[in-house]
Amino acid sequence: MSRHRNVRSMNYSDEYDGYDDVYGHSVEDEYCVSPSEAAFMYDREGSKNKQKIGAFFQTVTDIAEENEADSEMREANLSDIDKARLESCIDQIKQIVGGSVPRQDLVNIVLLYNFNAEKAVNFILGCPQYKDVTASERKEKASTIIPKELDSSNIKVVTPGAKTTNVTKGFDLAHKEVNRLNVTPRSQSPASGRVTPINVPPTSDQNDEVKIFKTKDNKLDVAEHYKKERGGAREHLYMVVIGHVDAGKSTLMGHLLCALGQVNQKTMHKYEQESKKLGKQSFMYAWVLDETGEERNRGITMDVGRSQFETKTKLVTLLDAPGHKDFIPNMISGAGQADVALLVVDATRGEFETGFDYGGQTREHALLVRSLGVSQLAVAINKLDTVSWSQERFNDITQKLKVFLKQAGFKENDVTFVPCSGLTGQNLVDKPTEIELLQWYTGPCLLDVVDNFRSPERPISKPFRLSISDVFKGTGSSFCVSGRLETGNLCVGDRVLVCPSRESATVKGLAIEEVPHQSAFAGDQVSVTLSGIEMQNVSVGYILCDPQNPVQIASKFQARIVVFNVSVPITKGYSVVIHHQSLVEPAVITKLINQLHKSTGEILKKHPRCLSNNSSAMVEIQVSRPIALELYSECKELGRIMIRVGGVTIAAGLITKVIS
Amino acid sequence: MKLVYKNVDRDGEGTVGLNPEEPEDMWHAYNLISVGDSVRSTTIRKVQSESATGSSSSTRVRTTLTICVENIDFDTQACVLRLKGRNVEENQYVKMGAYHTLDLELNRKFSLKKPEWDSIALERVDTACDPTQNADVAAVIMQEGLAHVCLITSSMTLIRAKIDVTIPRKRKGFVQQHEKGLTKFYDNVMQAILRHVNFDIVKCVLIASPGFVRDQFYEYMFQMAIKTDNKVLLDNKSKFMLIHSSSGFKHSLKEVLQDPAVVNKISDTKAAGEVKVLESFYTMLQCEPAKAFYGKKHCEKANEAQAIETLLISDNLFRCSNVSLRKEYVKLVDSVREAGGEVKIFSSMHISGEQLDQLTGVAAILRFPMPELEDEEDEDEN
Repeated sequence: MSRHRNVRSMNYSDEYDGYDDVYGHSVEDEYCVSPSEAAFMYDREGSKNKQKIGAFFQTVTDIAEENEADSEMREANLSDIDKARLESCIDQIKQIVGGSVPRQDLVNIVLLYNFNAEKAVNFILGCPQYKDVTASERKEKASTIIPKELDSSNIKVVTPGAKTTNVTKGFDLAHKEVNRLNVTPRSQSPASGRVTPINVPPTSDQNDEVKIFKTKDNKLDVAEHYKKERGGAREHLYMVVIGHVDAGKSTLMGHLLCALGQVNQKTMHKYEQESKKLGKQSFMYAWVLDETGEERNRGITMDVGRSQFETKTKLVTLLDAPGHKDFIPNMISGAGQADVALLVVDATRGEFETGFDYGGQTREHALLVRSLGVSQLAVAINKLDTVSWSQERFNDITQKLKVFLKQAGFKENDVTFVPCSGLTGQNLVDKPTEIELLQWYTGPCLLDVVDNFRSPERPISKPFRLSISDVFKGTGSSFCVSGRLETGNLCVGDRVLVCPSRESATVKGLAIEEVPHQSAFAGDQVSVTLSGIEMQNVSVGYILCDPQNPVQIASKFQARIVVFNVSVPITKGYSVVIHHQSLVEPAVITKLINQLHKSTGEILKKHPRCLSNNSSAMVEIQVSRPIALELYSECKELGRIMIRVGGVTIAAGLITKVIS
Repeated sequence: MKLVYKNVDRDGEGTVGLNPEEPEDMWHAYNLISVGDSVRSTTIRKVQSESATGSSSSTRVRTTLTICVENIDFDTQACVLRLKGRNVEENQYVKMGAYHTLDLELNRKFSLKKPEWDSIALERVDTACDPTQNADVAAVIMQEGLAHVCLITSSMTLIRAKIDVTIPRKRKGFVQQHEKGLTKFYDNVMQAILRHVNFDIVKCVLIASPGFVRDQFYEYMFQMAIKTDNKVLLDNKSKFMLIHSSSGFKHSLKEVLQDPAVVNKISDTKAAGEVKVLESFYTMLQCEPAKAFYGKKHCEKANEAQAIETLLISDNLFRCSNVSLRKEYVKLVDSVREAGGEVKIFSSMHISGEQLDQLTGVAAILRFPMPELEDEEDEDEN
């Protein structure tokens, strides 16, 4: 233990004295070779240099599910001829029932019926668990002819029956082995595709046994640990507040925080006095979240402000996104971290219309959060006091928004509308007192709506990924990165790989909302203190990942994109800005591969000359320097991109293939 | 560039003497000289001489050499043109057929002999020697944490400095880190401007950014200028222009050059004109896709029907080493002109030219729609 104490009591400020003053000065030498630290690292990890290849074997199939491994084994035991028969049987079956039946189930069934495809199909169609999937699949097959879908490309787009009504902004990708061993069915979470890093040699059969034991242990561990740590606490929810500029987002949230007692009286009084001095008293609540002098003077939010409050059942972290058009990049990085969204619209006559019409941010923000994977939305109809709580106005706005949000891909029962007023504080935390409102409104107040959101499932057992949204100097001498833990879990002392620079670092500390923790899980917003790497070498948009299961690094990839309203068509060679998590990079669309039908995914045209409004296509994108990313089929969070040009979001896309 | 003499006969064969005067002229020279031409210029060569006793000594001599160009090398940032080839005119120091690399220098005359001077090359000589085509603009494209300082001349956009700094986000409790980061960033940008922008030449300095970054920076820069009593900045305050752009990336320069305020000021530059033409091509593609085409095959087809109103072509295509391919492009340009169409030759050193290069390098706006072209597979896809 004395070694550990050694590290703890090390005086960092002495070690790195003057480090931040010399910009661009390399301090690598003094930085890593602190002897006490080196000793510590050796014992902890068994030395990074001497890591044996055997270490990989035990953890490669980290998260494989049992049945998969099982069928995998059965598959592995077959002779070559049998394997070929198996493949051809599976192909036949797939042609009949579609790709929705998990592969390992298929393998089992085929083996059960001794390679008799006909019997296997009969079994599948008779089996109740596949009934609904296959039925909708077949129906669709009959109506749309998808030419050569099995071979022509490795992406097959299938529309599930339920989604056909709305214009889909999301896609479903079926899997086909590229160079992976395990394939998960689409219906399940696309978890285990990435279990074998390419650079690791394939394991022999002997190791399989050990592997399975290991994985089971490991997985149980994480789940149990999670339960132990978080089981009793309130569910954590991240909510982003979006809307057109001046819709009153910050004011609404500021008032909500005030009413919940998150801001003390003294500070509030100070804000009131100061804002009065500037002649902007209406901004006093907004100041709770807008902290920089610039934001206060101009009266608009520029960067995402964050705060926390509690409801009856949840712990909500609030991300107050800027509404102004020029700050959408900030808004995207904020929204990328959120589970749910609150859309604030201004009910004032004329204001709603400018925000909602073409060019207003209400539309763009809603489309963006949907494309970023947020599916639950609350709409706060703000400033209703200015139209004397008119029910007519409320209904009018709700109607318009409902149509639009449905188009954008939100399910109707995932959207809630709440009338409120941020400035007067009506219907925020308590039932309204305004008689005009009480006459017609009986629904829940804003806080209850937030409380009613379902927290999404956290993919804690997947390989660890964290996207960096901020790099800053910590309270001590070391530096911190903060961001959202997308998948997996992280403990203090873990080694992580910083991508795309492929440098490794050690986690020295973890903090969630300024409170130190020993471990963090998917979905958490953490700040991680890193050591063993220089601050200059880490920037916003980088991804921390598990060294054994690194993310892919690419500068050229294929994506399926949905084009929104564009004023100029997209051609090849079009230079755009892509947003991937917090990363903003210039890129060029180098090839238009296919134009696809928007909802069915059929190929409409090969090599189209250009893409215009509301089309969907498969394109090839080249980024100026390599970035860390994941296929959508493997990790939804890291497989999404937004494409913007000239301050307008022109498309959203999903990464389907990494080229180089 | 100064034209010293021009002897081009009717078949197109001949020699032109040129005197480059500024870095940009090197770019023109780079576009003029192609593999197989012979270039004559003064140069320094290391000569080994053997004395009667057998000891050898090497001396550097300045001599005039004529080489047949085999390899062309252009450094875009330093504007240096290097020509490698065999000697074709023997003199006392250098044997026939010996290799030599010519560095073209400013203010040193060189003569260029081509087996065939085509219309594109002759036009290039004319534009290069036109003294009115001079507009030097500096532009700073920035966003929080990222800035590009570039110089825009009539046929080149040169990125002089790229500043990429991570600025900590604002977070509850400590806004100082964010503000400190910003100040550091502004300071870096200001230093880059002072270092790279020559206010004697530059007509105006565009500062473009989304949000309020430009205003904040402008304010910061002049506060600092007053503090440090920086005469250069204070005297040129009127040259600065603040313009909106959507991001700090290089290609946002396109938006900047489209801004009406900028167009008024620098309308005579090639850069602004190119951006405008490219924009109208895209607009046409959106509104009437049958009247806008790109790719060599489509453009040639359209040209056969004499349908091309404006041809957009990148100078990159004329620089290719394949002589027959170059001829095809020259033919295309000539025949479009003959048919009364307009030809815009884009400089691949501009942002718009870069984009056109990505778009196969050649595009056309047609007089009348040709929907039949649309159905054909575009085969110059790769």
